[in-house]
Amino acid sequence: MTTTTTTTTTSTSTSTSTSTTATVVAGSAGAVEALDGAEGSLAARRTRRRRGLAPGKRLPASRLTGPALVVVVWAVASAAGQLDPGAIPAPWTVLRTSGQLWSDGTLPTDILTSLQRAGSGFALGLTAGVALALTAGLSRIGEALIDGTVQLNRAIPTLGLIPLFILWLGIGETFKIAIIAIVVYIPIYLNLYSALSGIDHRFVELAEVQGLSKLRFIREIVIPGALPGFFVGLRLGVTGSWLGLVVLEQINATSGLGYMMFQAQNYGRTDVILVGLLIYGIFGLVSDSAVRLIERRVLSWRRTLNS
Amino acid sequence: MATHTEQLTTEAAPTVRLRGLTRSFDGRTVLDHVDLDLPAGQLTALLGHSGSGKSTLLRAIAGLDHEVVGSGGLSAPDRVSVVFQDSRLLPWRRVLDNVLLGADGKEAAERGRAALAEVGLAGRERAWPNELSGGEAQRAALARSLVREPELLLADEPFGALDALTRIRMHGLLRELWERHRPSVLLVTHDVDEAIVLADRVLVLDQGRIGLDLAIDRPHPRSYRDPLLGEYRERLLAALGVTEDHTEDHTEDHTDDKNDKDQEVHQ
Ligand SMILES: Nc1ncnc2c1ncn2[C@@H]1O[C@H](COP(=O)(O)OP(=O)(O)OP(=O)(O)O)[C@@H](O)[C@H]1O
Ligand SMILES: [Mg+2]
Repeated sequence: MTTTTTTTTTSTSTSTSTSTTATVVAGSAGAVEALDGAEGSLAARRTRRRRGLAPGKRLPASRLTGPALVVVVWAVASAAGQLDPGAIPAPWTVLRTSGQLWSDGTLPTDILTSLQRAGSGFALGLTAGVALALTAGLSRIGEALIDGTVQLNRAIPTLGLIPLFILWLGIGETFKIAIIAIVVYIPIYLNLYSALSGIDHRFVELAEVQGLSKLRFIREIVIPGALPGFFVGLRLGVTGSWLGLVVLEQINATSGLGYMMFQAQNYGRTDVILVGLLIYGIFGLVSDSAVRLIERRVLSWRRTLNS
Repeated sequence: MATHTEQLTTEAAPTVRLRGLTRSFDGRTVLDHVDLDLPAGQLTALLGHSGSGKSTLLRAIAGLDHEVVGSGGLSAPDRVSVVFQDSRLLPWRRVLDNVLLGADGKEAAERGRAALAEVGLAGRERAWPNELSGGEAQRAALARSLVREPELLLADEPFGALDALTRIRMHGLLRELWERHRPSVLLVTHDVDEAIVLADRVLVLDQGRIGLDLAIDRPHPRSYRDPLLGEYRERLLAALGVTEDHTEDHTEDHTDDKNDKDQEVHQ
């Protein structure tokens, strides 16, 4: 931004022949070239700054800009009658439907059921992933026992396990939670394990020199050093829990948001389906933002690099 | 003050004592029966070509090399500090917490603050390592090594990554800290002038052995332009196989120096 502004100012003040539009489009490099013959070229060169490669400052609430635009287009198209209300109902129809569903009590129950499923599965997966990664990452025996097994598990698409799990655990809640837990634990394990075992050798040396005990070494160097990797896994895990939930509830719906949408499909209620999708989306967005927030707090030392 | 190096060495028990230290990697011998005594409270510099084994020797003394084999003994004190070429600060700990890494006890924090003040970083205790300049980070690393009140301070090219101006200031600082705390220091460096200005004794590692062991009897603080230091510089450069205006095979020069008795001490 600064680059273009500076150059434009110089060009307009020194050489009237250069058209402003051309300068703006050309950016700094082009502008300086265009000015080469002019008397002001030296000044232009001097004031010219290196083109910043960083994307620059974030626009405020930039994450919401895209979705807001989609809603606006949706609303305008609906109002203009461009959309078939049977296929894509208007935003206000969806809002009204969700209000009805909420007040008749079905929506809160369905949301709660889905949240419980995703929450329990996520908690289980998180616990398992962290426990396994710590065991494998901190002890050679643990590594020998666990890592190969998890890598094998990872090679099997988890959703392919659904039939087997239904036979084992019945079609109730347990199998759903188990599947979600598996979807969650794998990315958490993989990222945390690789972060733990990939500890910088220079820090190991430092710990030896400073006479740290094994325990303090793990607590003060290995774990904090592995936290960035853990958060990568955590965010994938959160996404995974919603993904697992949606798939399970669409295929094997007996209650919850997926059940609601399944029913709506039978009655051709696209508005209800959209309500379900919207809520899934909100869940995903909110949980991801929450993890981001925690990450920013915990890894505050990284701010100096990212800002 | 350090003009009586020879007497010191003969009297006090050495802080570090190496006999027949040998280290090879995949059959290639890097250290070949090295014998070395580092007397208490002496500031020694270790010079050598790149790849001559300086870091290997230092790591062995620091106890970081778990595979070192030696026919003889290796005795080094418990309280050893190492300053690395990179500051090696943990990015997730604030500067003071970095300085206190591995330090215990209630007065540790006080000592940490004092050490930071000594290296001119008072007031930066709560900074993150990312926020420090290269020279500041290296000073923090120096403070971290001081907190342990080491008997032996090993430094592997601690100023190698710094610019020339900062390096000169760090030389003053190191010398000052050494005079106050009096640990034995082994300073690995590439820089002949750095060795001459700082050290009371300069070793040259060559072909896996200590090829030259030179006492530098000049008062401190020394100037880089002291003409009397030029003589030492020439001898060291010759031992490293470098003459003032051209490079030649260093083995010949090196043998010359080895037979030059009057400058050779401790052997
Ligand atoms: N872990 C290792 N495995 C194999 N070879 C090694 C290892 N460490 C060092 N060496 C070899 O030992 C020799 C001496 O290495 P060292 O790092 O001690 O050199 P140096 O004198 O410190 O060099 P520089 O001045 O460049 O730091 C080199 O040839 C190096 O390749
Ligand atoms: Mg080295």
